[in-house]
Amino acid sequence: MAIIIGLLKYASPFRSAVIMLGGFTIMAAAIYVAVNVLMSGDTSQFMYLEDAEIPNHFIMAGEVFLMCLVCFLSIKYKKYYAILISLVGTIPVLWMDLSGNAVEGSTHLRIDTFAAVMYLIVGIVGILICIYASGYMKDYHHHHTDVVDRSNYFLALMFVFLGAMFGLISSDNLGWIYFFWEITSVCSFLMIGYTRTEEAVNNSFRALWMNLLGGVGFAAGLMYTNMYLNMSNLSEITAAGASEVIIIPVTLFAFAALTKSAQFPFSRWLLGAMVAPTPSSALLHSATMVKIGVYMLIRLSPVMQGTLTGVMITVIGGFTFFAASLLAITVSDGKKVLAYSTISNLGLITACAGTGTQEGVWAAVMLVLFHAVSKSLLFQTVGDIENCMHSRDIEDMHGLIIKLPRLAFIMIIGICGMFMAPFGMLVSKWAALKSFVESGSVWLVLFLVFGSGSTLFYWAKWLGKICAVIHQSFELEDITPRSEMVSIIPLTTMIVIMCFAFPWMSGNMVQPILSEAFEGTIENVIGGSDVIIMMIMVAMVFMIPIGSRILSIGKNSKMTMSYVAGVNAGDDRHYIDSFGKERALYMSNWYMEDYFGEKKLLWPSIIVAAVLVAVMLIVVVGGNI
Amino acid sequence: MTVTIIVKAILYIILAPLIGGTLSGLDRVFSARMQGRQGPPLFQPFYDVFKLLNKQTTVVNSIQVLFVTGYLIMTVFTGALFFAGGDMLLVFFALSMSEVLMVMAAFSTNGPYSIMGAQRELCQMMCYEPMTLLVAIGFYYANGSFMVNDLIQAEKPAIMYIPGFFIGFVFILIIKLRKSPFDLATSHHMHQEMVKGLTTDLSGGNLALVELAEWYDLVLMMGIVGMFFITANPISRLWAIIAVSCVFFLETLIDNLFPRVKYITMLKVTWTVILVFAGTNLLILNVLK
Repeated sequence: MAIIIGLLKYASPFRSAVIMLGGFTIMAAAIYVAVNVLMSGDTSQFMYLEDAEIPNHFIMAGEVFLMCLVCFLSIKYKKYYAILISLVGTIPVLWMDLSGNAVEGSTHLRIDTFAAVMYLIVGIVGILICIYASGYMKDYHHHHTDVVDRSNYFLALMFVFLGAMFGLISSDNLGWIYFFWEITSVCSFLMIGYTRTEEAVNNSFRALWMNLLGGVGFAAGLMYTNMYLNMSNLSEITAAGASEVIIIPVTLFAFAALTKSAQFPFSRWLLGAMVAPTPSSALLHSATMVKIGVYMLIRLSPVMQGTLTGVMITVIGGFTFFAASLLAITVSDGKKVLAYSTISNLGLITACAGTGTQEGVWAAVMLVLFHAVSKSLLFQTVGDIENCMHSRDIEDMHGLIIKLPRLAFIMIIGICGMFMAPFGMLVSKWAALKSFVESGSVWLVLFLVFGSGSTLFYWAKWLGKICAVIHQSFELEDITPRSEMVSIIPLTTMIVIMCFAFPWMSGNMVQPILSEAFEGTIENVIGGSDVIIMMIMVAMVFMIPIGSRILSIGKNSKMTMSYVAGVNAGDDRHYIDSFGKERALYMSNWYMEDYFGEKKLLWPSIIVAAVLVAVMLIVVVGGNI
Repeated sequence: MTVTIIVKAILYIILAPLIGGTLSGLDRVFSARMQGRQGPPLFQPFYDVFKLLNKQTTVVNSIQVLFVTGYLIMTVFTGALFFAGGDMLLVFFALSMSEVLMVMAAFSTNGPYSIMGAQRELCQMMCYEPMTLLVAIGFYYANGSFMVNDLIQAEKPAIMYIPGFFIGFVFILIIKLRKSPFDLATSHHMHQEMVKGLTTDLSGGNLALVELAEWYDLVLMMGIVGMFFITANPISRLWAIIAVSCVFFLETLIDNLFPRVKYITMLKVTWTVILVFAGTNLLILNVLK
């Protein structure tokens, strides 16, 4: 609780020095708490907060405030449907609380290993993004003079958002989780609408209604557990084991989680979120918003094992993974590729959580960790490149390694972190594959193998664009402010360290989560010899560049120009044709729009997924009431 | 135990280029005979590589050399991992990593033919990546392990359980071994529309390294084909060798029969074949289990 109050206090107008100081304080607090929990070795750490009368009132007031805020803004921008959804979600819950139908549980807060791991993600990655934002917003308003400078408000929102994240992770009482859940929905809505252009407003309302719809699902689950099952806490539900009654709220919560983590059919809000300044995208995509959804799913996954809900969740996740990775091939806007890749990766995490097996949860937690770090790094680098080159199109990143070597190098590490062999993502994918095979879901295996083919394609061609070395090309001025480097460099270092440290992370962070979730001792998911081999691979990846530097391979080769079937005019971008004319030459990446284009694939996949979700809700909820 | 692993890996590192080079020469002899030519001597690939090694290397940039060296090292590592009895999934992950390094080498040159080759190579990887992963999964279904060491101790040959996977794998081998109709990324002949695709801007020692890596790769692929037949029974090794020879001959035959296709045809055909054969096989295995 102290952390949250501390956060809210900092969330007033302040300058970047204050952000740094405040940010690092919060980060230190988060790390301190997390390390304490991780080191304690106790697998059932509950912090009791029994006398919760006052905070309960406070939270109720907060819910009313959020509802009013949504209503006010909806009327202002004439989007009345948002009011309806907001009212439907909030009023019944209020009624339940006020009429005394709510169950008073014993614990309101819980801090266990999983919460500690999430603390680390939110505390480190989230705060680094905030620090990045303080420098970025200055540049942003420098370039976008038409947008009213409300960066104080924006930065404050980011901290409120992080506060809500900490609150959500620590809460065990479902009512409290619901409150924080709604805060993040509204915060993201406000952040997306920051520029107040028409597009931004439209996209922000799309995000709002989708997330509020999820909120309605959550509220329904909340009421059901309170009024029929006499349970008020998340841990009671997960401890209850799979049964016909318990599966109804679980399904409703899972539905809410699907909207939050932007799975198909709800993906469009995350794609629309691109219009906001980069830090908010980084925040939504990596450390916060979308991670809540999968956090919830991972919490619920032991209950979902072997149930129809679990199967449907895995199918939706697997389908999203595949479809989003195909869509990512066809777009050239850097941020959009990142958005699709987020959706795709979350699909994989969702699918892993849905299997409910131990390997599945292991892979899901690992993916969450690696994805948070790599994705926030990539978003920040794209933002910086946009500030330097005034474009974030991948085609314009041609030859980035010459133009902006420092950012290009960081970006290469980030991209490698997303798909290359010894880096973390692949380790997790490997575990995911094992868990899918063990759970015997054929469709999932097929989705995963085809999806990893297309994932490889879109990342590798981006990587190739960056690596192209163009002669006669000069370095651009790198105007990245120091405050942004303060954020980017630790993240880069973290990716590299995490590659080496993953066996340790598995043993000390992920295994305890498994033993909490599944109760009892859990055998090591990742075997001894495989770890050694992976370590050799990691070492090789770092040794090859260093070794070649030492041995000076290729230093005494003759340099030449590339072959262009004509006379190379000297800069690789022009050639002299057979009539003696100089002609321009340009190689674009492949996008295959005619086959997997957004126009062709986006709506069908949304419809397919919508049908799946509807089937899940109708069969499970309707069939068991 | 550790000693045997190291011995196996070292044996692979030493023997694979010899076997790979010979196979590659055999391929050229077969092709020539099919076309009614005399063809080069069996050891021509070795002569070629030695010649390349003695030539002066010209490079377009210095990063290129780094990527090509990385490609060779990763390919050797992949093969050693497989023949030493490692995890099949890791083998394929390492394999795709080595391929990515090769593609990066082509991308870095910024030459139009190299980049076109690189894009096509990536497209090819997208085509065969699902199947390679499925092969590992298929072996897991058949014998309950991803470790090559456990798989060769099987009681019945894996082909009995996963014939569909075998067909799918032989099919994607056409891509992997750069055979027509799917030799989109490189072509054997300088005068074609691709020039030499992926390897256009490589020369001398660098090109020799690529050739060497492809020999290692060839042996690895043939090893995986053999895996479908190997059991704990020593005689099964004979069957495996026969099967490998048949598959190798078949690939050469296909190479000479079909003209190159467009990339989208390749994508559609390979994904369909994988879905139909391996997918159905997987479904049946899952029902039986």
